[in-house]
Amino acid sequence: MTDNPVPLKRTPLRDVHAAAGAKMVPFGGWDMPVQYTGIIEEHRCVRSAVGLFDISHMGEFEVRGPGALAAIQTITTNDASTLAVGQVQYSLLCYPEGGIVDDLTLYRLADQHFMLTVNASNIDKDWAWVTGHGKGADWKNVSAERGLLAVQGPRAEALVQRLADRDVTRVPYYHFAQGAVAGVQCLISRTGYTGEDGFELYAPAARLETLWHALMEAGKGDGIRPIGLGARDTLRLEMKFALYGNDIDETTNPLEAGLGWVVKPAKGEFIGRKAIEAMRAAGVTRRLVGFEMTERAVARHGYRLLKDGAPVGVVTSGSFSPSLERCIGMGYVRADLAPVGTELDVDIRGRAHRARVAKTPFVPSHAKKI
Amino acid sequence: MANVPGELRYTKEHEWAKLDGDKARVGITAFAQEQLGDVVFVELPKVGAKVTAMKTFGVVESVKAVSDLFAPLSGEVVEINAELPKKPEVVNADPYGDGWMIVIKLSNAREWEGLMPAGDYEKLIAEAGH
Repeated sequence: MTDNPVPLKRTPLRDVHAAAGAKMVPFGGWDMPVQYTGIIEEHRCVRSAVGLFDISHMGEFEVRGPGALAAIQTITTNDASTLAVGQVQYSLLCYPEGGIVDDLTLYRLADQHFMLTVNASNIDKDWAWVTGHGKGADWKNVSAERGLLAVQGPRAEALVQRLADRDVTRVPYYHFAQGAVAGVQCLISRTGYTGEDGFELYAPAARLETLWHALMEAGKGDGIRPIGLGARDTLRLEMKFALYGNDIDETTNPLEAGLGWVVKPAKGEFIGRKAIEAMRAAGVTRRLVGFEMTERAVARHGYRLLKDGAPVGVVTSGSFSPSLERCIGMGYVRADLAPVGTELDVDIRGRAHRARVAKTPFVPSHAKKI
Repeated sequence: MANVPGELRYTKEHEWAKLDGDKARVGITAFAQEQLGDVVFVELPKVGAKVTAMKTFGVVESVKAVSDLFAPLSGEVVEINAELPKKPEVVNADPYGDGWMIVIKLSNAREWEGLMPAGDYEKLIAEAGH
């Protein structure tokens, strides 16, 4: 246990989680539920039925004005000009040297009005970055007034539909609609961090508890459960979704992280472009791969990856996969060792344990690609 | 409040020990398994290994975290729970029963008196759990 001099931040549902018996832990400066009944059970609930997540710790910034698009184009790597109103885009903020400030989702709310959803632990850093570099537009940090719930799993669509005032089944993947869910005005986004179909619902912080209870009540027959950050982590790991601070950070570049697909140099100048283009020309020296342990042992963040006893990389995420019932992980390895099937070892407490580079995602995605 | 059987003794690292003549059976407490969450891997010493009181004798991994196991008592490992590598989840389901870990043949029986009785351990976890 470490002393935490800064008081932990709380989402609007903190007391609801505690009353539901959640185990609360500090995460990125927030007092968050890591689990309610157990990570494995919660994980399986999302894969087989539907789970409800409070992810209000995430940050939201809005930017508007005639200069909004240009500001976004300067600070992000993806091409926001291709984004239609009602569409969502995964993107990155990069440093001039090519390292990653944060990853984010970008929403085009109107022609000259965007929202960026950023990682909780990076809100202050990102706010300074976007307002410092995204000049000529009107920025607003709405993180504190906005709550965010994720409804994920094969039964998520039908559940949200029963409570919605519009046809959410017609909202395609990485698109959103504005509407009411259980009478609460929401931005209904067909996105998620689990590999399952589902929605992320942005709602006013003051109405979040109403929305939470309505979903829990209406989802009873579907077997809905509240899901903690523990299962959120194992779910995203099975999809090989990067987690900022674990798999990507200021020392990693988008190309080696496998995020070259959200870097669009053809759109014109943006922060980090020159450095990333130089890396692309030179070729990357290491790659972020998924691996599975071929013996029962858990690789954790920071453990060394070995080949024939020599260090060749580092584990960035690792856990037990409840779906595969095997231990899996992600890590950076020397580029020549990245092909699927490559045999590696993980140094776990001084002993080499066998692992193999795996095809990813580790389990098939069920996100609705329509 | 977690279950704390009165006949056992405890360490501040949340292991329990059950005395049986010159041997002691060892595992982790109900409180410990609750704090760890789903146990997915247990690494135990081999039969014949020597263990020392309050030194690590193995490792337990949950989905979220890895934790060292501390020997409550010194001696030689004379039995290990061979089921645990195959069924680590019994540590959650039955920490004082089928979830036992090792049996130690004691080299210094007086160490038993240094372990916490149930009442003291209950106080410890009441404070740890807030």
